[in-house]
Amino acid sequence: MLEVKNLFCERDERVLFANFSFQINAAEVVQIIGQNGSGKTTLLRILCGLSDAYTGEIYWHGVALDAEREQYFQAMLYVGHLAGVKGSLTAEENLHWMMQLDKSLNKCTITEALKQVGLFGFEDVPCHSLSAGQQRRVGLARLYLSSAPLWILDEPFTALDKQGVKEKEALIANHIQNGGAVILTTHHDLMIPGQIIRPINLDEVAVA
Amino acid sequence: MRFFFAALKRDLLLVFRHRNDIINPLAFFLMVAVLFPLGVSPDPAFLSEVASGVIWVAALLACLLSVDGIFRSDYEDGSLEQMLVSPEPLLVLVMAKVLSHWLVSGFCLAIISPLVAMMFFLPEQGYPALILSLLLGTPTLSLMGAIGAGLTVGLRRGGVLISLLVLPLYIPVLIFGAGTVQAGAMGLPIQGYLALLGAILVFNLMLAPFAIAAALKISVRS
Repeated sequence: MLEVKNLFCERDERVLFANFSFQINAAEVVQIIGQNGSGKTTLLRILCGLSDAYTGEIYWHGVALDAEREQYFQAMLYVGHLAGVKGSLTAEENLHWMMQLDKSLNKCTITEALKQVGLFGFEDVPCHSLSAGQQRRVGLARLYLSSAPLWILDEPFTALDKQGVKEKEALIANHIQNGGAVILTTHHDLMIPGQIIRPINLDEVAVA
Repeated sequence: MRFFFAALKRDLLLVFRHRNDIINPLAFFLMVAVLFPLGVSPDPAFLSEVASGVIWVAALLACLLSVDGIFRSDYEDGSLEQMLVSPEPLLVLVMAKVLSHWLVSGFCLAIISPLVAMMFFLPEQGYPALILSLLLGTPTLSLMGAIGAGLTVGLRRGGVLISLLVLPLYIPVLIFGAGTVQAGAMGLPIQGYLALLGAILVFNLMLAPFAIAAALKISVRS
């Protein structure tokens, strides 16, 4: 699905990765691992088109990323460090706006997605009065809504409780079974039922 | 078009939830109007002479104060990233954001401006000129301000920089805006001034959205 060739990126005069090539295929989970500051978030931002600070080529289904940005954005779901959840809007209004931004969030209704993330009954509460974990859940409700084949998740499990993490793992497993692909970073021991997780270690890339 | 209204609705809803965002520029505008006569001179003849300039400067600074926040909260909570990875066109989104900013700053200022004009003993025949010049001039301020806001949104303290970037661009609007009011107050024709303000607005309306979108991309992607 996604092919990266000869990626080079440096930040503050430190080379994060050079000559870095890899591929992500359908029905695959790729976990980016590495120490703090090894460039995990930078890599994910590059992959989802949020950073131009690199040289190298990225292809989506054989087409260069720059050429078909809009199509790529439709096929990709990015959940970043920051959840993109507005504190003064309710969970429902937040999700409604996200659906406006991204038409591929159409798999189920907002109510169903909120039920799935365990926020049923909280849909009318402004998000700033929810807990950190609950706010994270509002952002992650997008995963239930999304029909995009590629998910790019940056530390999706921060602030989630054990039950929440388990549910998300099951969700990822389901996504993979439907032929999707997931790239994620996490410091959590990932256990995806019935799936082998392919690690990409950025510490090794930097040495090589 | 539907996306434009959805974005506009969201921004207005956000403003409605943070009501002091509307009150801030208006309060600033009114405070200048109230304090100026106290500090300088309450003489009606003097005040009516300086009214056009003072009202326009106050309106301009009120716009400048609020424009810094136009993308700030979206940047801080990650909404802006989501907007940039959205397949929806960024230009439309930017236009909706600028329009919502104008509705809560420039448009409201234009509406309460007769009140301020009264405090400054502006001759009554100058009122239409004041309202029209603010209605035509302040959208330009929002558009130009948004370029500066987009460029500085990634910086920790963009407040000073945005003034430096944007104030020189504001000067023509200030000159023609205050000129309109002065001409109107003296009973002179104002069509020429209004046409110039309109021309500046149309020019900005065409080009500024591209600049704002590019500025946001630079701020987020670098």
